[in-house]
Amino acid sequence: MATKLPEVDILLVGFGWTGAILAQELTEAGLNVLALERGAWRDTPTDFAPTFIQDELRYYYRHALFQEPMRETLTFRNSPDQTALPMRRLGSFLPATGVGGAGIHWNGQTWRFLPSDFVARSHNEQRYGPLADGLTVQDWGVTYDELEPYYDKFEYLCGISGKAGNIQGKIQPGGNPFEGARQRDYPNPPMEMTYAPTIFAQAAEKVGVHPFPCPSANMSRPYTNPLGVQLGPCTYCGFCEKYACGNYSKSSPQTTILPVVMRKPNFTLKTECEVLTINRDSTGRRATGVTYVDAQGREWEQPADIVVLTAFILNNVQLLLTSGIGKPYDPGTGQGTIGKNYAYQIVSSVNVFYDDKLMNPFIGAGALGVGVDDWNGDNFDHSGLGFIGGGYLACWTTNGRPIETHPVPKGTPMWGAKFKKAVRDSYLRTATVSTHGAVMSHRNNHLDLDPTYRDVHGRPLLRMTFDYHDNEHKMSDYLTAKATEIAKAMGGREVDAKPRTGPYSIVPYQTTHNTGGAIMGTDPRSSAVNRYLQSWDVPNLFVMGASAFPQNPGYNPTGTVGALTYWAAAAIRNQYLKHPGPLVQA
Amino acid sequence: MAQDSRLSRRQLLAGSVAAGSAALAGGAPLAEAHVIHGEVPWQEGEANVPVPAAPGDAYQFFTADEAAFVEAFVARIIPKDDLGPGALEAGAAIFIDRQLAGAFGAAERWYMQGPWEKGSDSQGYQSRYTPAALYRAAIKDIDEYCRKTHGGNVFARLTPAQQDEVIGGLEKGTVKLDHAEAKTFFTVAQQNTVEGFFSDPIYGGNRDMVGWKLIGFPGARYDYRPWVGQHNKPFPLPPVGLHGRPGWTPKS
Amino acid sequence: MTIVEHRPRRQGRAWAGHDGRRGIAVALFILAAAAVAGPAAAMDNSYAQVQRGRYLAAAGDCEDCHTAAGGKPYAGGRAIPTPFGTIYSPNITPDQATGLGGWTRDQFYRAMHEGLSAHGAHLYPAFPYTNFTRATREDVDDIWAYLQTLDPVRSRHPPNELPWPLSMRWVMSVWNTLFFDEGTFKPTPGKSAEWNRGAYLVEGLGHCGACHTQKNFLGADEGGSFLQGGGVQDWFASNLGGDHRDGLGAWSKDDIVEYLATGRNRHAGAGGPMGEVIQYSTSKMTHDDLAAIATYLKDLPSQPENAGSDSTWDQIVGFFEGHRSASDNEDGGAKPDDKVMAAGEAIYVDQCAACHKADGTGVPGMFPPLRGNANVQARSPTTVAHAILYGVRTEPTNARPTPFAMPAYGWKLKNPEVAAVATYVRNAWGNHAAPVTRDQVHDVRTGIVASE
Repeated sequence: MATKLPEVDILLVGFGWTGAILAQELTEAGLNVLALERGAWRDTPTDFAPTFIQDELRYYYRHALFQEPMRETLTFRNSPDQTALPMRRLGSFLPATGVGGAGIHWNGQTWRFLPSDFVARSHNEQRYGPLADGLTVQDWGVTYDELEPYYDKFEYLCGISGKAGNIQGKIQPGGNPFEGARQRDYPNPPMEMTYAPTIFAQAAEKVGVHPFPCPSANMSRPYTNPLGVQLGPCTYCGFCEKYACGNYSKSSPQTTILPVVMRKPNFTLKTECEVLTINRDSTGRRATGVTYVDAQGREWEQPADIVVLTAFILNNVQLLLTSGIGKPYDPGTGQGTIGKNYAYQIVSSVNVFYDDKLMNPFIGAGALGVGVDDWNGDNFDHSGLGFIGGGYLACWTTNGRPIETHPVPKGTPMWGAKFKKAVRDSYLRTATVSTHGAVMSHRNNHLDLDPTYRDVHGRPLLRMTFDYHDNEHKMSDYLTAKATEIAKAMGGREVDAKPRTGPYSIVPYQTTHNTGGAIMGTDPRSSAVNRYLQSWDVPNLFVMGASAFPQNPGYNPTGTVGALTYWAAAAIRNQYLKHPGPLVQA
Repeated sequence: MAQDSRLSRRQLLAGSVAAGSAALAGGAPLAEAHVIHGEVPWQEGEANVPVPAAPGDAYQFFTADEAAFVEAFVARIIPKDDLGPGALEAGAAIFIDRQLAGAFGAAERWYMQGPWEKGSDSQGYQSRYTPAALYRAAIKDIDEYCRKTHGGNVFARLTPAQQDEVIGGLEKGTVKLDHAEAKTFFTVAQQNTVEGFFSDPIYGGNRDMVGWKLIGFPGARYDYRPWVGQHNKPFPLPPVGLHGRPGWTPKS
Repeated sequence: MTIVEHRPRRQGRAWAGHDGRRGIAVALFILAAAAVAGPAAAMDNSYAQVQRGRYLAAAGDCEDCHTAAGGKPYAGGRAIPTPFGTIYSPNITPDQATGLGGWTRDQFYRAMHEGLSAHGAHLYPAFPYTNFTRATREDVDDIWAYLQTLDPVRSRHPPNELPWPLSMRWVMSVWNTLFFDEGTFKPTPGKSAEWNRGAYLVEGLGHCGACHTQKNFLGADEGGSFLQGGGVQDWFASNLGGDHRDGLGAWSKDDIVEYLATGRNRHAGAGGPMGEVIQYSTSKMTHDDLAAIATYLKDLPSQPENAGSDSTWDQIVGFFEGHRSASDNEDGGAKPDDKVMAAGEAIYVDQCAACHKADGTGVPGMFPPLRGNANVQARSPTTVAHAILYGVRTEPTNARPTPFAMPAYGWKLKNPEVAAVATYVRNAWGNHAAPVTRDQVHDVRTGIVASE
């Protein structure tokens, strides 16, 4: 039986980016904040040190920093008529566990969504007429302009390196001309460019599109953020995503917030404590706290005035479902909200092989690259294309880690002398253009509880039903063709496009940009949380993170996750604390 | 706060008792472990260090017959040729042996609860075999297959050309095995061989960093700043592993 | 589940001073004498006096030594493993039975001024009464007033474990006759008020010399080596003199103030024992007082190269142990071996450049520059070897909260490799200091700090 603990003001379930931001913002408001993190404490000098972090086998291939399926996983199927089976080992995406969450092992690609992304349904309907059958795309309930100050706040917290393309409506040469207006430039200049992105930028200009240095959470120079926390300069070691930064040069909760928040007398972190359920009072309309289990297997009841889910999206949604909060989404009827509009990303790539040019791919950083945004969102006319949305193209030089990155020309066998020779000839001499596309919500794509499989605590596993549909395939093919066009202008010997075909597979790594399942919106019948990420059903429960995205635009999500968290924190501080209760009347 | 920060400073994560969080049960305090309050914990000397593979050439997991199979297999996946040493010379067989003897072989992190169904390709690995069990079963099956099809010879005794033909059959799934699934085994074993060729030498493979030298990967480095802007130039420094390189030892 | 591969923590390492040769001054903390019975003096503690006392207690870094791991502030019991045995700092909260509850204000002053306990027993000079004797009666009374406001904590430390003859306190009367210069600070005429304030703080409550002055074999200040650096546990407290190579010659007054206030500046970050001083003491001091300290320190003379070479104690121990000091070591000539430097450079480029940069210029304020670094070029390589083996963390402060830390290399670099890279950083980019031997690294690794 659970032992009851004294009440806290704010309880955070999970301690990655969103938990850390809220801990900082709400302790500033004078509240007592407790964060429960299922994983362990970990920090730069002891756990990510450059004495051992450059270890491809241990960190990527043996998953040292990630969630263990043995403890928690999900089941997966492509469509509702299949039997979902467990994701027995990680593949397509890499959920984190431990302090800092995936905020320690991301690449650092830090984008803003386009103004039109936040009104994806109304904007596209207005311009192109009714959406295709099956698309359950929704407006967010918050606009780009409302979020802009919070994007800015997150970018200055992180010290993003980049070049503005639109400052207060004025287009800036060298930046992304398609981005929404920003109040000021990035806090740091763009990173120094490696060879491949430089060639890509030249090719893109030749083709007549608009290349720009991608916004990066890898520091282009030493930086002190507004909290007084310091980051060192990136050393281009090429071990960002799937690793953690060893020399304080990639933004993470550890390198931007924790040095301040951990010192506060009104903040406490408990690690290796996994929340099992959100408790409610007899009305069901008020969360009273949570029950969690610690590393010794003891159960504790932690009362709290406000509960905030700050875990990864899959865990946020699982916790809502296992706690019986809200109405589970039913793909048959379209009714219910919890688990609705799960989405992902669709990616493809085009390799350019050279005989004589050395790309030295090991000189890299997670967000070091040149992007082209001409075919993202509604930056181009979709008339007659048969899809909405888009994505960016980019030539990144994230890494040359050889187990993972040993590109070979099309038709090369996977083994034998030809394989060996192709790997050797291509390793230093290949550039890659990738596409990073949106996934529009579809009525079949959703999350619910699996009827068969259970986690280490005996709870039902989350069940993911997901596939790419017509919109994604058409859009990705379109982007891949555009990428190929630029790639052909890059002067290589051979250009191999790898379009995304067939059903979505849980096996190969693609991205950890899982979204939706507790989406935000303007109507409690079609969304789980309101525009302040407050539960419609339980007003003292807030749900942070990409679970709030009604669909997934063609960018990496972290910038928007950060902005939404600051936006919600402001609503809690400025509105909820004064008048506890629903911030939006249903 | 001061005493808590002192506590977390000196005793790392253990046992700091945040105000109000100590609970009583049956009169005895239930100390909650892993409470961090007042400071970023740190203790000198602490390092979450990698665990190197057991040294030596003696097999820990494989039997002699299995070892013969694996040595022959990895030698065909990445062969020794005029470009340099192959996976066998790099120690990939020992690497795989050490991996299978450890957490990876036991699928320690994987979800291994039933019920078991085959599923579609997009649903991923659904075998109830751990990697260790998969190798054990598949090697037995493949040797049995070879005996039947090649006059009683096991895989290791076939000619390289015959071995290549068997491996091709595994890859395509045209070789049918009695227990293990051929394609699943090929996928895992090919991947492990590449790992044994390119992973840090502390894990038993990539001896003398031959895999890295073949392609020009400089290894476990952490600072390329002087070379970022030097486009299209060969990188001048030799590869280095987590435990160093020959240049670290003062020459006497 | 992720931190499963931690190397076992070094047993008893935190504050386990093992400096067998010069650690006496640090090791011999005051031993709590059994308090005599009697009421505490009734005090009329005005708020202003208590606030002054709180500040002065910080200036004296009292909390640092008088707080145990996991214990209440000022309740003592901090374990000090020494070459002679473990001793424990006393409880100075006003608890009747176990703290200063039975003491009078006059007895407290006598302890601070004369090094005597309430009932007149000699205190060990690791309690720096040799410095505190300089404090004014008013300041000591203010500290007393502040200590009286603390919550009494009942906490009796374990008995000290000191062997004969050190266990006999009267031995200290002899020591005092030889080394103790009792007396309140007297301003130096002709120096500014700021300079004299700095002198008062440095020589008195601040007791900087407790670490930064070399000790003789009896734990007293070595003559003529005031603030020129000294061993403290398994660190070397750097030379505070004006030397440009290993002293504060390159530091401006503002640099010193910034360092003491925030724990870091463009030259260095404070770690190890100095980090604690920053945390408990100097980061809580006023800018004016830190500026006074800086003014005083910047007026210290620089010393010739050979100042502060092997102490008497080192020579004696070295003689009996057959240890060679650096000056007669085969590797110990002024010029490092080219092959060692080549290996050191290889290690440095592969392992250290990610923070300190290939040219040793670091990232000022974050990763200390090693080029021109005083600690790196200190006459003792202890701090450099310590940092490489075990890592070191820059003390976080409210002004500079990021706890930048150098990771430990002891698990991956062997002693000759540590010696090579330490020798390299001490002699690259225009740096110059004696080469480091593998024996010296061995001694730091095993807790026996090498002689210089």
